[in-house]
Amino acid sequence: MHIVVCIKQVPDSAQIRVHPVTNTIMRQGVPAIVNPYDLFALEEALRLKDKFGGKVTMLCMGPPQAEDALKKCISFGADDAVLVTDRSFAGADTLATSYALAAAVRQIGKEQKVDIVFTGKQTIDGDTAQVGPGIAKRLGLQLLTYVSRIADLDLENDTITVERRAEGGVQVLKTAVPCLITMLEGTNEMRFAPLENMIHAARYPVRKWNKEAAGIEDVTKIGLKGSPTVVSKVFGPTPRAEKALMQSVEDASPRDVSLNVIQKIFTQHPTLERDILAKAAV
Amino acid sequence: MSEKFDVIVVGAGPSGNAAAYTAAKAGLSVLQIERGEYPGSKNVQGAILYANALEQIIPDFRDDAPLERHIIEQRMWVLDEESFVGTHFRSDDYNKPPYNRYTIIRAQFDKWFSSKVKEAGALVICETTVECLLMDGDQVVGVRCDRQGGEVFADVVILADGVNSTLARKAGFHGEIQAGNVALAVKEILFMPQETIEARFNIKEEEGVVIEMFGKITDGMMGTGFLYTNKDSITLGVGCMLSDFKENPNRTSPYTLLEKMKAHPSVAPLIAGGEMKEYCAHLIPEGGFYAVPKVHGNGWMIVGDSGGFVNAVHREGSNLAMTTGRLAAEAAIAAKAAGKGFKAKQLASYKQALDESFVMKDLHKYRDMPQVFHQNNQFFTTYPELLNQAARSMITVDGIDKKTKEKEIFSNFRKSRSLTGLAGDALKLWRAFR
Repeated sequence: MHIVVCIKQVPDSAQIRVHPVTNTIMRQGVPAIVNPYDLFALEEALRLKDKFGGKVTMLCMGPPQAEDALKKCISFGADDAVLVTDRSFAGADTLATSYALAAAVRQIGKEQKVDIVFTGKQTIDGDTAQVGPGIAKRLGLQLLTYVSRIADLDLENDTITVERRAEGGVQVLKTAVPCLITMLEGTNEMRFAPLENMIHAARYPVRKWNKEAAGIEDVTKIGLKGSPTVVSKVFGPTPRAEKALMQSVEDASPRDVSLNVIQKIFTQHPTLERDILAKAAV
Repeated sequence: MSEKFDVIVVGAGPSGNAAAYTAAKAGLSVLQIERGEYPGSKNVQGAILYANALEQIIPDFRDDAPLERHIIEQRMWVLDEESFVGTHFRSDDYNKPPYNRYTIIRAQFDKWFSSKVKEAGALVICETTVECLLMDGDQVVGVRCDRQGGEVFADVVILADGVNSTLARKAGFHGEIQAGNVALAVKEILFMPQETIEARFNIKEEEGVVIEMFGKITDGMMGTGFLYTNKDSITLGVGCMLSDFKENPNRTSPYTLLEKMKAHPSVAPLIAGGEMKEYCAHLIPEGGFYAVPKVHGNGWMIVGDSGGFVNAVHREGSNLAMTTGRLAAEAAIAAKAAGKGFKAKQLASYKQALDESFVMKDLHKYRDMPQVFHQNNQFFTTYPELLNQAARSMITVDGIDKKTKEKEIFSNFRKSRSLTGLAGDALKLWRAFR
């Protein structure tokens, strides 16, 4: 079985600062990490490999530094890694990204037939959740989004059964392989790599593909040219002036606490008490 | 499978990176193991980079290292509660390349340094903690990490695991860390627009200012404060001996010290409007010459903070770290070339090179300094106050003649520190600096 896991290298959003003057994200010095959602996809792929054997190939589109993210995945136990990197990919939105990644998956498939493509649910920097479905559509793969569990994989009949989180419940879906799965967060826990894997990953020569190697046929569909999305405005949410007030309830009767709260509300809204009394009088 | 390398370096701070780079560049197989998420993620320093030590390792580092500003002005302030007496040294000489000192942000700098280490051919693995050294009799033969199958072997292990020196302590190469031998420093990085910094400090693009402070800001404890200008942020911090914090009668905590320093009328206007980006704390080994442990043995050498290589008087540490790292690697390279094994005898060239370098010469020169300052807190309380009083008195024009003022100042000095006390303090200082 051959599984391709698509990942993205993203800035660690927990450490991002917004420039107080320009409202732009200050990326300088912010560490780059593997998109956390993608790690659930990788772990699920590794578990399938543990169970059924086969190979896990990592795929990433990004700048040369994204090699570090792929090496990290190798340390967890992936077998191979391809970085699709070319200046002409810069500025890609989800449409252009899914086009480039789909082409690369096709190229990987030429080396060895791909059975399952995994992606994370979404990225923490874009939050669109569009790239996975985009790849599936372009490759004509069955699409399984928001998967929380892989219930069964029948390699003889090429079918897969998964549990998918849906509004108001869990759907159990069965479909044909090859398919694309976007994995939900919190569904598994990434393994701790043994030392041998860490050293292997540090040595691993990640394959780097430019647009030709990635099999891009139409250069107008990649990068900025292939991206109809436009960022029209960036702004920080307006800070709200209202603040929550704390009310101590220790050693106070419920009556005193509520009287105190009502008193505070009336102090902040001087007309309120009068209005209520007036209404009560009517 | 257990691999064997020529050298294992534990830690990816300045000393570890210097060692790994030097050894890998010379063709040795090097494995460097770092505990943090990435090199620099856990590393804390002021931070001033002294160019010379790095130049000797990577001569053209200025081409691509992430440097903030080169220092053109050094201010030394002696503070009391509301004023300071100070000297400023500013020279256009410092504006002639190659520059001598830079402010840096360690998270970025260390990442860059580590990329050079990888380019040189070393294998760097992160998020891996070395738990202990592996011994074969009295010979260090490798390390054990906290990962499955965590044993890995090497001819030489270079201990660059930082101030706590965990590995050396576990192996018995280093005694327990004494509170009187380490300083606890806290610092903040405050974001501030580049133009504001340049206007406030009277500097142009890329020029930087350093302010070193001592006096009442440390609440009678042995320590100093500092303020550095980065490109679009200001670093400021304060540190005192850990034992002083323990014994402080006011139970002053490091962060209250920093808050007081930020509120000092001489400091507050410089940092007004700054938005905090980072807050960190770190121990600094300041025991000096007498606190440096045995630096090498059978199959191991100790470098940087783990070996206590910090010149507290001149606020130098990373340059000693890089130099010790480089010298240790050179000793490993020489031992490998000689092919006579890696016992203490074959690694003794490290100790010798250290003794001949500025590292041990400077530490030796100031060997009594920690003791003198530590036992005489008048240097941090009485004198700063007297100095500020004297300056205020002489500069304030109020109809009192200067001779009377001089007399008053001198009598103040005598009241606070009898004549013998004054002479004694002068002698102590002279001896310690000599």
